[in-house]
Amino acid sequence: MSGTAGRSLGRRKRADLFFRVLATASAAAVLLSLLLILGTILWKSLPALNLSMLTQTPKGGFYLGKEGGILNAIVGSLYLAAGATVLAFLLSLPLALYINLYKGRASKTAVWTRFFLDVLWGVPSIVYGAFGFVVMLALGLRASLLAGILTVALLEFPIMCRAIDEVMRLVPRELTEASASLGATRFETALKVVVRQSAPGILTGVLLAFGRGIGDAASVLFTAGFTDRVPASLADPAATLPLAIFFQLGTPFPEVQQRAYASAAVLTLIILLISLAGRAMGRKATRHVVK
Amino acid sequence: MNGETPISIRDLSVWYGDLQVLKNVDLDIPARKITVIIGPSGCGKTTLLRSLNRLLDASDGARVSGQVVVDGENIYDPRTEVTRVRKKMGLLSQKPQVLPMSIYENVAYGPRIHGFGSKADLDRRVGHYLRLAGLWEEVKDRLREPASLLSVGQQQRLCLARGLAVEPEIILGDEPTSALDPQSSQNVERRLTELKRDYTVVVVTHILRQARRVADYLAFLYLGELVEHGPAAEVFAAPKDPRTRAYLTGEIS
Repeated sequence: MSGTAGRSLGRRKRADLFFRVLATASAAAVLLSLLLILGTILWKSLPALNLSMLTQTPKGGFYLGKEGGILNAIVGSLYLAAGATVLAFLLSLPLALYINLYKGRASKTAVWTRFFLDVLWGVPSIVYGAFGFVVMLALGLRASLLAGILTVALLEFPIMCRAIDEVMRLVPRELTEASASLGATRFETALKVVVRQSAPGILTGVLLAFGRGIGDAASVLFTAGFTDRVPASLADPAATLPLAIFFQLGTPFPEVQQRAYASAAVLTLIILLISLAGRAMGRKATRHVVK
Repeated sequence: MNGETPISIRDLSVWYGDLQVLKNVDLDIPARKITVIIGPSGCGKTTLLRSLNRLLDASDGARVSGQVVVDGENIYDPRTEVTRVRKKMGLLSQKPQVLPMSIYENVAYGPRIHGFGSKADLDRRVGHYLRLAGLWEEVKDRLREPASLLSVGQQQRLCLARGLAVEPEIILGDEPTSALDPQSSQNVERRLTELKRDYTVVVVTHILRQARRVADYLAFLYLGELVEHGPAAEVFAAPKDPRTRAYLTGEIS
C-alpha cells in the first residue's frame, strides 16, 4: 500500500520537476531572444548613431552614405501612428461599448462582430496596403500622410477593438446594474462606469495597436509614400521608419546599412518609451478599478 | 408623495425562455414598512424584486406580463421612462458592488447624473447620506480613496448611502447581508429598521431569523407562486397555507 503511494508520489515529483525546468527554459528563451534582438540592433547601429541622425533630414547622397539623418521618418512615423491610433480609437471604443452594453455581450450581434474583427485582425498588412491604395485612387488622393493614416487606422482598428472588447467582457454585470439602478442611462453607465473599470485594459489595447501601427511597413508602402522632407500637411507624402529601414538595408553600402540598424533602434526606442509611459498611466488608471 | 401602497403588483408573470419563474403574482406593498419576501432558493424572489425596478430588462430573454404600479404609474408601460422609475428605488445587491471611483464619487454619482445642486451642495449631500448609512465616522478622513479598499461590510453601507443619495422613496434589498459577517449584517439590518420611518423597504432573504427580526409585512413565494402574505406577526404566528407552515418549520427549504 505504502509502496505504491511512494512510487506515484515519486512520479508526480518528477513530473513537477520536468514542468518547472520547461517553464524556466521558456522564460529564458523569451528573455534571451529579446536581449539578442536589442543587442544586435544596438551593436550594428553604434557606428551610425549620432545626434544628426535624429535631428536632420536626409541630405543629397544620404543613401550613398553622405550626410543627413532620419528626422523625416521619425516625425512621419509619429504623425502617422498617432493619427491612425486616434482614428482607430474613435471607432473601437463606441463599437466595443455597443456590443457589450447595448447589445449584450453574448448577443448575436456581439458574436458576429467579434468574428469579423478576428478575421480582420488576421488580414495581412500588405492587403490593407493594397486596399488602401485602391481607395486612395478612387478618392483621387495621392500617396500622402492622410491616405497612410486611413490605411493604418484600418489595420489598427480590429486589434484595438478586440483588446478593448475583451476587457469590457470582464466588467461584472452587477456593476452595470448598480449604475442602472441609480437611474443612469446606458450612455452614462458606459462612459462613467464601464470605461473607468476597463481603463487599464483600454490603455493596453491602444498601446498594442499603436505599436503595430508604427511598426508596419507594408500598409504604408503605397499609401503614405516616402519622402526626404518632414510632412507639412496631411496631403504631403510621409516617410516612415519601417520603410526607411527597408530602403537603407537594401543599398549595397555598409554605412547606409548601419543607418538601417540605427533607424531600427530608434523605432524600438519609441515603442519602448510609449509602453513605459503607458505603464505609468495604467498604474494610475488601476487605482479605482473594482476587483 | 407616499400613498399607502407605493407599489402594487398586479397579475405579474415572468418567463425566462420557456420557464415561467413568476406565476400571476398579486401583492400590495405597504408604505414605510419593511416587507420581507421569503422562500426557498429558486422560488423567484430575486426575480420579483428585480421586476420592481425593471432590472429584468437587462437580463437576456426575460419576458414580463402584468403590471407593477409605482405611484399610480405602471412601470411596464412602454411610455414609462425607466431611468425615472429606477431613481425612485435604491438597490442593495447580494454582493455589494461599489463603482470604480472614490468613496465620495460613489455617493455623488447619482446626484451628479440627475443634476442635483452645486459643489457645496454635493459635499453636504455626500456627508448626509454617509451618516444616514452609518458610515461617515469610518470614512470621513478618506473620502478620496478608492471605494474598493473598504471592507465588504463598509461597501454595503456605501451602496446604501449611494442609493439613498438619489432620493428614492423605496429601498430594495436582494439578500443584502448574505456576503457580510454577522456584525456587518446586524449593522445593515439596524440601518434598514431605522430607515423605514421615511422609506418603504422591500427585502428578499432566505434567512428566516432575519425575516423574524425585521419584517413588518411578509410574503412567502414558493415555486414562482405567491402562497401567502400578510402582516409578519400574523403569518409567523398562524400561517394559513400548509406550504407556508412547512417552510416556517423547516420541512421545506
